[in-house]
Amino acid sequence: MDELCTGLCKLMAEAGADVGLAQFVSLLVGVLLVSGVPLVTVILLIWVERKVAARIQDRIGPNRVGPLGLLQTFADMLKLLSKEDITPTAADRILYNIAPLVSFASVVLIWAVIPFTPFHYGVDLEIGALYFVAIASFGTLSIMAAGWASNNKYALLGAFRVVALLVSYEVPLVFALLAPVMLAGSMSLVDIVNAQTGMWFVVLSPLAFVIFYISSQAETGRAPFDLIEAESELVAGFNIEYSGMKFGMFFAAEFLHVFTNGILMALLFFGGWMGPLFYESPLIAFAWLGVKGTIIYLTTLWLRNTVPRLRIDQIMAFNWKFLVPLSIANLIFLSLALKILQELGMAPRDLIGASFAEVLPATIVMLLINLAMTVYLLGIMRKRGREARRESQAGAALARAGAAGD
Amino acid sequence: MVPLWMYLAVAAALFCIGVFGVLSRRNAVAILMSVELMLNAVNINLVAFWRYSETGTDLLLNGYAFTAFVLIVAAAEAAVGLAIIITVYRNRRSVIPEEAVTLKG
Amino acid sequence: MELNAVTIGFFIFSVFTLGGGIGVVTTRNLFQGTIWLMVSLFGVAGYFVLLSAPFLAAVQILVYIGAIAILITFAVMLTRSVTRIRERYIRTVPSFVASLALFLVLLFGVTVPIFGEQNPEAIPAFVMTTRDLGVALVDADGYVAPFLLASILLTAAMIGAIFIARDEES
Repeated sequence: MDELCTGLCKLMAEAGADVGLAQFVSLLVGVLLVSGVPLVTVILLIWVERKVAARIQDRIGPNRVGPLGLLQTFADMLKLLSKEDITPTAADRILYNIAPLVSFASVVLIWAVIPFTPFHYGVDLEIGALYFVAIASFGTLSIMAAGWASNNKYALLGAFRVVALLVSYEVPLVFALLAPVMLAGSMSLVDIVNAQTGMWFVVLSPLAFVIFYISSQAETGRAPFDLIEAESELVAGFNIEYSGMKFGMFFAAEFLHVFTNGILMALLFFGGWMGPLFYESPLIAFAWLGVKGTIIYLTTLWLRNTVPRLRIDQIMAFNWKFLVPLSIANLIFLSLALKILQELGMAPRDLIGASFAEVLPATIVMLLINLAMTVYLLGIMRKRGREARRESQAGAALARAGAAGD
Repeated sequence: MVPLWMYLAVAAALFCIGVFGVLSRRNAVAILMSVELMLNAVNINLVAFWRYSETGTDLLLNGYAFTAFVLIVAAAEAAVGLAIIITVYRNRRSVIPEEAVTLKG
Repeated sequence: MELNAVTIGFFIFSVFTLGGGIGVVTTRNLFQGTIWLMVSLFGVAGYFVLLSAPFLAAVQILVYIGAIAILITFAVMLTRSVTRIRERYIRTVPSFVASLALFLVLLFGVTVPIFGEQNPEAIPAFVMTTRDLGVALVDADGYVAPFLLASILLTAAMIGAIFIARDEES
């Protein structure tokens, strides 16, 4: 009981409050703080997203409400809230209303394990990395429930497409996630960051980062995988029957998920809060994490606004025929190389707290292995591309000959 | 602390709910769902016995590891079972196990 | 039994587990049944947390809610026209009596100490981490043989499922 009661709880207990009550209040404050961060962030994110998209498309973006249009989101929120709250008569009332909540909660819950600084986090779970993959599956289920509960065949078809996409891309995501877990020898996110004192994992295993980046882009349903909201093909996907703030919840969940993934990638591959002077103050550490996460987040926005959408069969083929085999091969080579290097004494047994000099030889070997794999992969892709081009040219020639014969 | 028998009682209740489902449903998917309930009742028992047993100095992981294997088998069972159900439905337009009797002598 | 976080958690998760289970067998709508199944299995994951097996809890949620729920939903949709997914029951009364009798026998077995006092009240204090499970799974003295068998089983199940469900015509 004593070890649970520190900080605010201890202060309250010393001031004469009941220990149980003090513990409850301090836990409640912690929960509100940790879940408050993403809730406040998402308001800003919507503005950032619209502004960046506008700049890429040579527009100005929101600029009327407040300075630089910063208050635009509040105006939108007011509009959504004042709309009529519609539940279709044929819908499954309970599921239909719960689905947006579950969708948003599945993203907010991830923040429980995110360490903002070495000492400030909701909870340092022993299974942190596994936790966030498990929590993300609630999002998948909520989309399925939303599609079915709407009692609309377009919503159901949209949900099917999305769920097939999400389930498929979860496979390479988890395989890529295993790379930092294996390097750190722990699934705790705090340990994973601490293991990057010598070298960021993005240098030790760049392929794992690329796989993670691509599949998390698909998990959040962003271009080129934005089948969740392929508004120009489907009527709107699984959320067609939703309006008002219920639609807003799905919308906010997606935006927040993208930023959360940016933060996660910063933690898993870019050393989290590590950076010059991070040990001076928790604020500097927090700022480093924020800067890294934001940079990754901005690159996903860049991708979203410049890359065209793929067809569903192309997306599936890319995943099952390319990304999954690649992620498995990457994992096998990574574990083999790590073990051999450790046996030869070229890499420390435990990366947590290892210095730059200790990790350097391992880094060079790992980089060379990744480079060799990349060259080999590009060779395969070139061959495939040539074959595909030849086939399409042959097909076109055949069609011309057929037309001439007629 | 919660005594061990309460975990066992909940697991027993869950198992019997599963038994009721298997006996009274006609749809193969519903039967499969009830079987999943029964498997999970067993899992609760395994983990509870593991947690409450005196392990002494050595770490005995039998209950823990066995539960992990039950989860693996459950995943395999669901995948193959549902594939069979879909195939039977495609061939016979029915998901009722009593009606799939082509092999009956 | 005192009232603390563990016991309150136990009762909440019991409501989830048993309520979800009853929902699975009583609802006539198969999709709602799937959701009830997930509620029930979420409660089981909660038990795993209370029994200090967080790894199993995370795997439970990942496997059941992330994979099996989706599989069952797809199967429900593929074997039914979407508008007509209601089900009938058979042998309701005999099934109920049989399962109730089984429950009473089991309850008698777990509450009445026939074979002496084997009902520990307190949880023995020990620290086991997920790392220990990981080591045990690949240890020659541990579970390496079942681990390899399980991976063969999964591969066989994957190939089998793809082969069975494949459309012959295409």
